[in-house]
Amino acid sequence: MAAAESYPDDLKYHAEHDWARIDGDEAVLGVTWFAADALGELVHYEAPSVGATVTKDQSYGEVESVKAVSDLIAPLSGEVLEVNQKVLDAPETVNDDPYGEGWLVRIRLADASEVDALLDLEAYKTVLAQQ
Amino acid sequence: MAQTLQRTPLHDRHVALGARMVPFAGWEMPVQYEGVIQEHKAVRTDAGAFDVSHMGEIEVEGPQAHAFLQSVLSNDLDRIQPGEAQYTLLTNEHGGIVDDLIAYRLGEFRYLLVVNASNKETDYAWLKEREVRGSEVTDVSAEHALVAVQGPRAIERLGLEPAKPFTFSEETIDGVQVMVNRTGYTGEDGCELLCMSDDAVALWDAVLERGAKPIGLGARDTLRLEVCYPLHGNDIGPETDPISAGLGWVCALGKEFTGVEPIRRVKEGGPARKLVAFVMDEKAIPRQHMPIEGGGEVTSGSHSPMLDIGIGMGYVPAAQAAPGTKLAIDVRGKTRTGHIVKKPIYTRED
Repeated sequence: MAAAESYPDDLKYHAEHDWARIDGDEAVLGVTWFAADALGELVHYEAPSVGATVTKDQSYGEVESVKAVSDLIAPLSGEVLEVNQKVLDAPETVNDDPYGEGWLVRIRLADASEVDALLDLEAYKTVLAQQ
Repeated sequence: MAQTLQRTPLHDRHVALGARMVPFAGWEMPVQYEGVIQEHKAVRTDAGAFDVSHMGEIEVEGPQAHAFLQSVLSNDLDRIQPGEAQYTLLTNEHGGIVDDLIAYRLGEFRYLLVVNASNKETDYAWLKEREVRGSEVTDVSAEHALVAVQGPRAIERLGLEPAKPFTFSEETIDGVQVMVNRTGYTGEDGCELLCMSDDAVALWDAVLERGAKPIGLGARDTLRLEVCYPLHGNDIGPETDPISAGLGWVCALGKEFTGVEPIRRVKEGGPARKLVAFVMDEKAIPRQHMPIEGGGEVTSGSHSPMLDIGIGMGYVPAAQAAPGTKLAIDVRGKTRTGHIVKKPIYTRED
């Protein structure tokens, strides 16, 4: 069951509809409700490998629905520590729970100062209002 | 150039149902309501209703109508009687496919052709140009609406009696006069209901009231791909011949029609490439135009909601077209493997 529209205020956002939950020198990354809804039910998650390097503003993987493919844009740079196996097995988890069970990767931050450049909820809502 | 999209008589109904509307072949059409996968499964397990009023209807009437159509369509209309329909191809001089369509024999001297929305203008012009004295070609698309009702429970939900595929009859469904065509594009039992445009809303409401779920173009595409029905513009076109496409069965090579000679030559010499169906062995979704290693490309590709894996069709060299043959597809720079299967890709396990 697809989740209702929501945007938690404890997350940092990227204008390409990605979110980051910062925890010390690590972060968990995912896509926002808006991105999941726009794509429709996800059927494939092309994930990076554990140990791979992700670079801020660059693609680190892909998600696909029946009709469309979308690049995953990294909001922050770092090294992949973990890939969410649950989403690999059941990609629709992202639609069901985009900020919880539907997270995509956990990374170790390469440069914690990059966090300052991310959007807070108010700034992301401004982005959404322009869609 | 900005283009105004046409709307079917059911446009407001789709919007009210929360459909996501997209441009398709010059029309504003619902791509999905609830979601492609749920809609797809509703058709495979129960019944779904599709607004396909964007499709074209062309009438050909007159004492020469039969002979004229025999000369431009690939299949043999002598095989059908009034009340019966036939899948057939409009072919060009090179044996390519101008369009694929269904011809309904309304009477001894009267046919209705239901053609792809994207090709309607081309088809109409094609026929009009070649029309002979005694066969009048008329575009009757605007006065008609078409609602497909498909699925194992479609006929029962409409309160209709079972009937043979590719037959049709005049019926009344909840007060609406319809032509019930036992045809479809999903591989399921069901029908396509042709009515006057003014009756479309009443018919649509009645069909939904009877329990059919509204289905968008997204699921229409995955449904037809699972059963390997070709889509004109993807899998077949003016540059592809029917033999390579596996449509030799709708070409009556014993009669004379436009492009029959080149088609006979392909048949006799054997096609250089064949349109095959395939299933991925890895988690990856093939998409149209992705290259197939060793020659050829994907012409249709998607995720199969029933098999939960990537599926597709594409042209490969004839020597490598046997079911079971491995193939490798370039999925945005990564090589992903699959294997060729016998058509259709999906059949119900009864």
